[in-house]
Amino acid sequence: MAQGVWTIAEQRDGEIRKITYEIVSEGRRLADALGQELTVILLGSNIKEKASELGQYGADRVLVADDPRLEPYTTDAYVSVISELVKANDPQILILGASVEGKDLAARLAASLDVGMAQDCTVFAIEDGNLVATRPVYAGKAYAKVTLENSLPQMATARPKVMSINEPDASKSAEVIDASFTLDDGDLKTKVVDVAKDESGKVDLTEADKIVSGGRGMKGPENYNILEELADLIGASVGASRAAVDAGWRPHPDQVGQTGKVVSPNLYIACGISGAIQHLAGMSTSKVIVAINKDEDAPIFQKADYGVVGDLFDVVPALTEEVKKYL
Amino acid sequence: MNIIVCLKQVPDTESQIKIGPDGKSIVTDDIKWVMNPYDEFGVEEALRLKEKHGGEVTVVGLGPKRVTESIRTALAMGADKGILVSDEALDGSDSLANAKAIAAAVKDLDYDLIFTGQRGVDDDLGLVGATIAELLGIPQFSIIVKVEVAEDGKSVKVERPIEGEALIIESNLPALITAQKGLNEPRYASLPGIMKAKKKPLEEKTLADLGLDSAEFGEGARKLKILELTPPPERAAGKIVEGETPQEKAAELAKLLHDEAKVL
Ligand SMILES: Cc1cc2nc3c(=O)[nH]c(=O)nc-3n(C[C@H](O)[C@H](O)[C@H](O)COP(=O)(O)OP(=O)(O)OC[C@H]3O[C@@H](n4cnc5c(N)ncnc54)[C@H](O)[C@@H]3O)c2cc1C
Ligand SMILES: Nc1ncnc2c1ncn2[C@@H]1O[C@H](COP(=O)(O)O)[C@@H](O)[C@H]1O
Repeated sequence: MAQGVWTIAEQRDGEIRKITYEIVSEGRRLADALGQELTVILLGSNIKEKASELGQYGADRVLVADDPRLEPYTTDAYVSVISELVKANDPQILILGASVEGKDLAARLAASLDVGMAQDCTVFAIEDGNLVATRPVYAGKAYAKVTLENSLPQMATARPKVMSINEPDASKSAEVIDASFTLDDGDLKTKVVDVAKDESGKVDLTEADKIVSGGRGMKGPENYNILEELADLIGASVGASRAAVDAGWRPHPDQVGQTGKVVSPNLYIACGISGAIQHLAGMSTSKVIVAINKDEDAPIFQKADYGVVGDLFDVVPALTEEVKKYL
Repeated sequence: MNIIVCLKQVPDTESQIKIGPDGKSIVTDDIKWVMNPYDEFGVEEALRLKEKHGGEVTVVGLGPKRVTESIRTALAMGADKGILVSDEALDGSDSLANAKAIAAAVKDLDYDLIFTGQRGVDDDLGLVGATIAELLGIPQFSIIVKVEVAEDGKSVKVERPIEGEALIIESNLPALITAQKGLNEPRYASLPGIMKAKKKPLEEKTLADLGLDSAEFGEGARKLKILELTPPPERAAGKIVEGETPQEKAAELAKLLHDEAKVL
């Protein structure tokens, strides 16, 4: 019988990514609810030393697949190794992070295991011994509660920044096991030929704790410096509405919304953004939403925890000065 | 080079979503159906590749008869032919089942590249592309913003933005690509395009035509089961920050973010 909760760690260049701590913590909670063990799968090259630390977040066991061909991530190599491990061990639940890589991996892995999959979930629970997941659909205009009871392993991905991270417990460590797997070069059909790093040091919007976002109300690309200043001060990343991106003021990866990024920061400050339904789709799971807009009837105010009616060119610089008092 | 573009019909992004009496599905009466926005990028990219490398573009849609309209839109944009997979037994199928039917419809076609959208803006799953690729045994590249096919038409190089990086990945063809915003600016169908589209071939296939057993499709065969659909959680009513001047408002906001919301 299928047994155990598994999560798949995400690492890049040998560093464990934050989403991993989120899903390991959530995996611990699910394992406890079932009274089962939590196994984490870690793939990479020379990665073994990072494994035991995951015990501090709740992993009972870390299965490490170490191979030069597992760095950097490629869909075919990862699916090949993980599907072999899953078939050999028969876990009940398999959770990944809904990062770009996690979504890609989870989709292909589910297909190769011929199981159902719940992508980008915001809540997990155990009901009658089965995984039940809640996920936004129709861009957050509805929430679906779903189950995969007869499809094993029960697979899902977790939206980044939604699951809370356990306080690391230094007295705990995980049992680290070398996974046995075969990786056939003939199965590796894709090759990463180049990596362009973003050297700006900017945190990606999907991982940012705080976001300051600007829309058409910014009037032009040159005015984003007032958002950058505020963002730098409070440790935020700068986002944009589609209107700003389509005008060529900001690059595509900065777009938040239904056809852009889905973000869940602790703080989202929307400046000169009206709050079109497609924009709200991308940021409505933010914890605290602030809107700065000169039109008091702008729909964004209906979603905002704090609304400032005013000209952003006055309010934003003033806010930048005021927040200094609290830093 | 021959290209297949998968096309899903979804509610227009402006649509209000009403939950039906069964508590598991949406009311479709007032919905305007459109081509999934990510599929528009797929159609556009296929047309550009065809303009450069020659060949044919085939669009494939699965769903009720109304999907024909979206297929015609793609034909009006410049695609050459359409396939509609339509069968009552498909009603209520999940992504896995839909992908099996789509894969069956394209497996014997002569193709070098397949495009799907990175996700449907309806159930926001993003599973069908990867599943088709798995079933056809070809590599997949997901969430792609740039596509370059080699002169000889034998390999492809794509750009895939991930958090804080962009990867350039390569493989031989055939391969499947899921389109992301940024890939291109989709064209509008021209009037002559719309006239021509009416005469382009559009084939319809049932599950039986594809040699598939209808028992493996539909609501009953779902692996991902919907227990309940609910409206989004209500956010507590927000505050309008008081103040006479922008400075006062900014001071009050900073204070609230620090003292009350505790995010500063
Ligand atoms: C298929 C589809 C997908 C889409 N996907 C997305 C998406 O992913 N993300 C997205 O954002 N949009 C998306 N949109 C577009 C969306 O419908 C809106 O057009 C867009 O969000 C509007 O951007 P905006 O709020 O910046 O601009 P506007 O709606 O023009 O709003 C500008 C706001 O700025 C305010 N303003 C102006 N000057 C000032 C000032 N000096 N001080 C303060 N306030 C000021 C105005 O009062 C106004 O409210 C999509 C649309 C479609 C059809
Ligand atoms: N019913 C369908 N007919 C044709 N293509 C589909 C269908 N469902 C999904 N797709 C393709 O797969 C992509 C992702 O959809 P999904 O996996 O449903 O989020 C879509 O953008 C389409 O390109």
